[in-house]
Amino acid sequence: MEHYIWLIPLLPFLAFVVTLIFGKWWIKKSAHWLPILAMLGSFGLSLAAFIQIRGSEEPLVVELWRWFAVGSFQVPMSLQMDQLSAVMCLVVSGVGLLIFIYSKGYMHGDTGYYRFFAFMSLFAFSMLTLVMAGNYLLLYFGWEAVGLCSYYLIGYFYHKPEAAAAGKKAFIVNRVGDFGFALGVMLIFVTFGTLEYVGVFEQVGAGGFREGTLIAIALLLFMGAMGKSAQFPLHVWLPDAMEGPTPVSALIHAATMVTAGVYLVARSAVIFAGVPVALLVVGAIGTFTAIFAAIIGICQKDIKKVLAYSTVSQLGYMFMALGVGAWAIAIFHLVTHAFFKALLFLGAGSVIHSLGGEQDMDKMGGLAKRIPVTYWTLVAGALALSGIFPFAGFWSKDDILGAVWRDGRYVFWAVGLIAAFITAFYTFRMIFMTFFGKPRMDERTEKHVHESPWSMIVPLIILAAGSLLVGFLGLPGKLGVIQSFLEPVFAPANHILGIHEHSLAAVDYVLMVVSVVVAGLGIVLAWFMYVRRTDLPALLGQRLRLLYKVVYNKFYVDEFYAATVVRLTVDGSRWLWKNFDEKIIDGAVNGTAWLWKHAAVAVRPLQTGRVQNYLLGIFIGLFIVVTVVVFL
Amino acid sequence: MGATPADMPIPVDWYLYLSAALFIVGAAGMLIRRNLFILLFSLELMLNAVNINLVGFSRFHEDLVGQNFVIFVMAIAAAEAAVGLAIATALFRNRRTLMVDLFDRMRG
Repeated sequence: MEHYIWLIPLLPFLAFVVTLIFGKWWIKKSAHWLPILAMLGSFGLSLAAFIQIRGSEEPLVVELWRWFAVGSFQVPMSLQMDQLSAVMCLVVSGVGLLIFIYSKGYMHGDTGYYRFFAFMSLFAFSMLTLVMAGNYLLLYFGWEAVGLCSYYLIGYFYHKPEAAAAGKKAFIVNRVGDFGFALGVMLIFVTFGTLEYVGVFEQVGAGGFREGTLIAIALLLFMGAMGKSAQFPLHVWLPDAMEGPTPVSALIHAATMVTAGVYLVARSAVIFAGVPVALLVVGAIGTFTAIFAAIIGICQKDIKKVLAYSTVSQLGYMFMALGVGAWAIAIFHLVTHAFFKALLFLGAGSVIHSLGGEQDMDKMGGLAKRIPVTYWTLVAGALALSGIFPFAGFWSKDDILGAVWRDGRYVFWAVGLIAAFITAFYTFRMIFMTFFGKPRMDERTEKHVHESPWSMIVPLIILAAGSLLVGFLGLPGKLGVIQSFLEPVFAPANHILGIHEHSLAAVDYVLMVVSVVVAGLGIVLAWFMYVRRTDLPALLGQRLRLLYKVVYNKFYVDEFYAATVVRLTVDGSRWLWKNFDEKIIDGAVNGTAWLWKHAAVAVRPLQTGRVQNYLLGIFIGLFIVVTVVVFL
Repeated sequence: MGATPADMPIPVDWYLYLSAALFIVGAAGMLIRRNLFILLFSLELMLNAVNINLVGFSRFHEDLVGQNFVIFVMAIAAAEAAVGLAIATALFRNRRTLMVDLFDRMRG
């Protein structure tokens, strides 16, 4: 295995280089082949690694070469393959492969076709590096690289001012989190003297470190996770990121990149397990984000924005699970979410494609008969997201709620349950508004409605099948394949927390029934409001005008930031520009020039322009020097 | 001053007096004459004053390096004269004069 795992990230990178260099002039319209083949190769190798690593107690660490060596600061370029990396690699390359294939149809005819595939490949390389890194520095490299690709791809339609602004916003908001992450990495090095996972976790397991230091490390790492995984209050960039092309939203802003934060916390499980305070913070922020984003999702009109807020909310669930030490379950939800959210985004992309670019759900409706494959696959995704038996979301979400219940955090559980209700409601609101009722688009668009090409349909069907089946990997309790598969990775952390495998009890079944009933109620309510009594939403909007306005405007978080952080920065910078830059810096430079200009007047007569005067000066000088040297 | 070698009929000091005299003549010419050609001649005088110095000491120390050096100085002097005369020609074409005190365009 150590002979080939370095190829997993390298293949997409080669595809990136070739596509970027030759794409514009030579490859052009067939730019998709190389990236798709590279992803296929990575997927195959990931699968091989996945099979070979199962059951292995120790992680496989491959040191490719020495990366940094400055005094005691030694960082090798090391890749680590263990069960967690293997699962992440499979998700990234598998879902990535399907989305690449989908993109062939979706991006067809776009002027930047090669550019799109080049940067998608670069993203795949960065993400695979991130999950396969063997130390925190390489993880950080991958982390920043995926952020950069995200920036490129959000701003893919750079001629649109909103897209360019959204790219910038994503990058800047992520800086806030990454600032904490960078500090965390530095603190890890200062504390443990190494950045290798193996070394750090061994030392943490051995104990003997001040609790304050560990809390600081955990919270700083979590700050990075909050930025990348769009947790409150750093969630504002993800909905705006929907300005990118839909496959980008599916791959980067739903299935893979945004889950990097979850991966980071799960990877550092040993550190988090030792400090209950940090775990509580993780759980509380996750839980709050889960319901906060779900509420905003109710009132969105843009089909992609609904899915964006649902992504934020689902990531909140994952952090909720991490907060109670249910590491494997969080990763399980990450996997199922990658399937059904990629499916939902690609399905939404198919809807948008068939309507010629329309994203506003107020201008959809009645599409079920016109685009049946998209309809059925989207319904499968929606059922999975809502957590309806036996779809994937049911298993993972109930595992999370069950774990939270067992940990005794009933508040988290209750909030999670309400969020599940809201999730089912807004998901089916989306389905009903899109596919049911009377068509609300104009006639020309309606005539043009068409099912998408095979390259878009096939990934949808595969993902729909995945959304149905992948849940059975994570049956609750001792039946869970994925839980026992990940066991070696999380065993040290579970040991610290004292978590043991549990058998299914009656309470687990009750919890399952409760959450399915709650999700079902959400769907029924959505059906009632958006199919049966279509006048109801408008009526409610009138009655609860203030509430509706607040939610529709996303609780004014963006406005709050604009009024405080952004305003302060802009005003502060302007003040510095006017006062510091112009007066002090420019003043110093201009003042120096002024000084010499006036001092020059005094000595100017010395320069007569006559060579002989200068020569006289030389002779006099020479005479003085010789006199001094010889006679004194 | 060390002992003069036995086969050196003229003592080394005499060379130095001659050299110093030539150098002062040359330097004075450089400083007070106005004609560019005379300036170039004065320059040659100064260089040759140095040459005499080198030859004198070379004989005194019985070391041929000094005489070798004189040949280099002559070569340089020839090159310098060629460049100097070329400049003088170009200057004359432009300004119709070679009086150096008139060339004061660089006055500050």
